[in-house]
Amino acid sequence: MTATTAPGHRAARAVVDTGVLIRRNLLTNVRLPDVLILSTLQPTVFVLMFLYVFGGAIQAALPAAAHGEYVYWLIPGILAQSAVFGAAPTAFGLNTDRTSGILDRLRALPTARSTVLFGRTLADLARNAVIVGLQLAVGILLGFRWHTTTGLCAALAVTLAFGYACSWVMAYLGLAIASSEAIQAAVYIVVFPLTMTSSVFLPTQTMPGWLQTFAQHQPTTVVANTVRALMLGPGALPAGHSLGGELLTSLAWSAAIVAVFAPLTVRAYARLG
Amino acid sequence: MNDPIIEVQQAVKHFGGVPALDGLTLSIPAGGIYGLLGRNGAGKTTLIRILATLLRLDAGRASIAGHDVTTDARAVRQRIGLAGQFTAVDGHLTGRENVVQFGRLSGLSHRAAKARTDDLLARLGLNVAADRLVRTYSGGMRRRVDLAASLIGRPRVLFLDEPTTGIDPASRREVWQLIRELTAEATTVLLTTQYLDEADHLADHLAVIDHGRLITEGTPTDLKDRIGTAVIDVQVSTHQCATALAALETLAPRYDHGRDRMSIAVRDGPETLQDVLRRLAAAEITPTDVALHRPTLDDVFLALTRQADRCTAGTMP
Repeated sequence: MTATTAPGHRAARAVVDTGVLIRRNLLTNVRLPDVLILSTLQPTVFVLMFLYVFGGAIQAALPAAAHGEYVYWLIPGILAQSAVFGAAPTAFGLNTDRTSGILDRLRALPTARSTVLFGRTLADLARNAVIVGLQLAVGILLGFRWHTTTGLCAALAVTLAFGYACSWVMAYLGLAIASSEAIQAAVYIVVFPLTMTSSVFLPTQTMPGWLQTFAQHQPTTVVANTVRALMLGPGALPAGHSLGGELLTSLAWSAAIVAVFAPLTVRAYARLG
Repeated sequence: MNDPIIEVQQAVKHFGGVPALDGLTLSIPAGGIYGLLGRNGAGKTTLIRILATLLRLDAGRASIAGHDVTTDARAVRQRIGLAGQFTAVDGHLTGRENVVQFGRLSGLSHRAAKARTDDLLARLGLNVAADRLVRTYSGGMRRRVDLAASLIGRPRVLFLDEPTTGIDPASRREVWQLIRELTAEATTVLLTTQYLDEADHLADHLAVIDHGRLITEGTPTDLKDRIGTAVIDVQVSTHQCATALAALETLAPRYDHGRDRMSIAVRDGPETLQDVLRRLAAAEITPTDVALHRPTLDDVFLALTRQADRCTAGTMP
């Protein structure tokens, strides 16, 4: 083994090592059949459940851009919701590695410490991309259509950027909290208010005033609105919102979340006992 | 003795005010197997975790091959391999994938990692199972993959934290055999154990630690000279205790209050046993129990940490 390494060589190594860890983490999904089946089935069930449970009652409340069909409202919302839900495995994966001793082994290796965190969050990003694609496919089968391919690509990019940002929140929870039960509780405390109190399933106008303030400004709503406007046109936005403004706000949210939680996560990782 | 490869000076580590290491100083020579013997909670695992750069010292310092574990952690990580108390390998990867992966993360090229993995797996008797998922492995096979993963980066120091805890006796012998074979691989092995026989079988040098402090250090032979190769336990009724201690005085018995018995560490068990019985008979004492056995870890601590005790129960002033 080489004792001294130049900074450039170190950076190259960190990239290679991150690749090794991404592969390892992705193989978990593929090699464990139950994980593979459940993690693809759950998002599909979500789409069907929300569509048929809420669909009939909601149509009247939808904006014109939804063509009076709930599936037009729901699919972009579901994608934003998936970004949040799909980040949760980051917390559980890190906790599993911690309790199984793998994290100890990795921390005692001469690889840069950031590689473990990037390997985990990037693998979860790839996994999230598959789930988002799957939900979109289900949406297409149910009649969902988008306007332009550019809009679609931009919408997917916004969704996955938000999902990646959420992974850093989950990575922090997964490392800062030791017990897996407590992590589960913490993850739900983050995930449910973010997805339910949002424009994912319904327009926010009918919520009580104090809740509306939160629901309209929290990142999942902003991302859901952006994705909707990119896929269906600006008509899908609440009155007074512009596509450009919404797009900027959602990207700013994602960037801000990473800016806060990545350093916190790195610190929590360094402080593991 | 060679230059020390591991040096620990006045190491202190507390967990919530409870000391795990309490000013431990150790100097471990390069080469061979160094055994760290201690009971549960003696501070063995804490020391390993500090040397493996997983935990930070509260005070004192520690270094591996001259590299400080706190300020030069990366250089330390390039020189160590860690096999913890529980096997830490990925169940959803094959044995080969596991070892190659950790080889890559140790800085080996893909080609070098693969070649060395083949070599290690063959030597560990895993070549047949190499391409099966590790979650289908038996406990002993998992332990072997774990060892291969710890050795793939050609560490100068290999930490083995209680490698046979929770392993059945047959596999235990197998793991011992492995460890002996691997000594040639990693220059120095630091092994922790709570089993005296394990330390005796494997270690070239030994340190006994308790409550985060060094109790004694030396070769297994040194240690045995001090604790004997056998222990005779004698139990008498409380009112005869003082008389019995007096009768056996030249054999240096230790009186253990907690278990209400006296222990004699000896080199020639059966012979001394006869002597003990003769002396007791001469003093007209019928012991309630007599046992001859190999020294346990408790005997070691009794021999090394406690002074020969006086009978205080009842009859003696």
